Amino acid sequence: MRWVWIDGFVEFESGKSATAVKNLSLAEDVFAEHFPGYPVMPAALILEGLAQTGGILVGEANEFREKVVLAKINHAKFYREAFAGERLIYATRIEDLREEGALIAGTVHAGSELIGEAQIFFAHLDQSRGKQLFGDHNFVFSGELKYLLGLARAAAKPADAASRA
Amino acid sequence: MQSKEEIQRKVAAVLVDALNVDEEEVTPEARLQADLGAESIDFLDIVFRLEREFGIKIPRGELFPESIFQGDPDFIKDGRVTPRGLAELKAKMPFADLSKFEKNPTLEGISDLFTVDAIVNYIENKLQAA
Repeated sequence: MRWVWIDGFVEFESGKSATAVKNLSLAEDVFAEHFPGYPVMPAALILEGLAQTGGILVGEANEFREKVVLAKINHAKFYREAFAGERLIYATRIEDLREEGALIAGTVHAGSELIGEAQIFFAHLDQSRGKQLFGDHNFVFSGELKYLLGLARAAAKPADAASRA
Repeated sequence: MQSKEEIQRKVAAVLVDALNVDEEEVTPEARLQADLGAESIDFLDIVFRLEREFGIKIPRGELFPESIFQGDPDFIKDGRVTPRGLAELKAKMPFADLSKFEKNPTLEGISDLFTVDAIVNYIENKLQAA
């Protein structure tokens, strides 16, 4: 399974905000077990999608030089379940960004309905003990997440260029 | 200028939110790690919140100095803080009470210097200097 929990960016303003969408398809493995006969998106995976949206936003703000890792979820609230067939909109905004890390505020909508919100705190690993533990290889923005970087960069293009593409 | 009580109240509210602890636990002597269960990542969260609450800038390493923890042999030897290390701690953390620590300056003991009161003192100094 690929650990990519967003389908694409629809808005991207460098250093400020990013919005991604996630279509919940009944064909996804997760719905077979969660729950049998009652396909609900696990809240943890909604947070993962929100964190990937915000994590790319934070990473791009420093041109992906930092290893951005999810450090802490300060608050997370869910107002209702998200079901297969729905399209989730993950909107994230940088509240605070400094050399050691960043704070993101995020909302989750299904259509126009707010179904969840969270505050997510990211750390820049090299600015802490990361270098000693992991060396220079940027394991965060590699492999599968590289695909997301491409999405983020495409979304960061000017609006008219994106609409022609 | 905010009164010390006001600063204490705001610092306590920040810690209650950041560490998910009860207000009663946040006594002036409470140690962030040993008593309030703070982990290293929480320190940055606390810095973010203090900056916002008090409208100040907290430069990296000013409230929670890292240099002393990096195992510099000048500062730390055989698990104990050297006299030079003590001088460094005093210089970097004028807001902390080192009187008890000086009697038995172990490396593990450093984390006990980060108390609620130390943060309140730091903020008070910072606001006075502003």
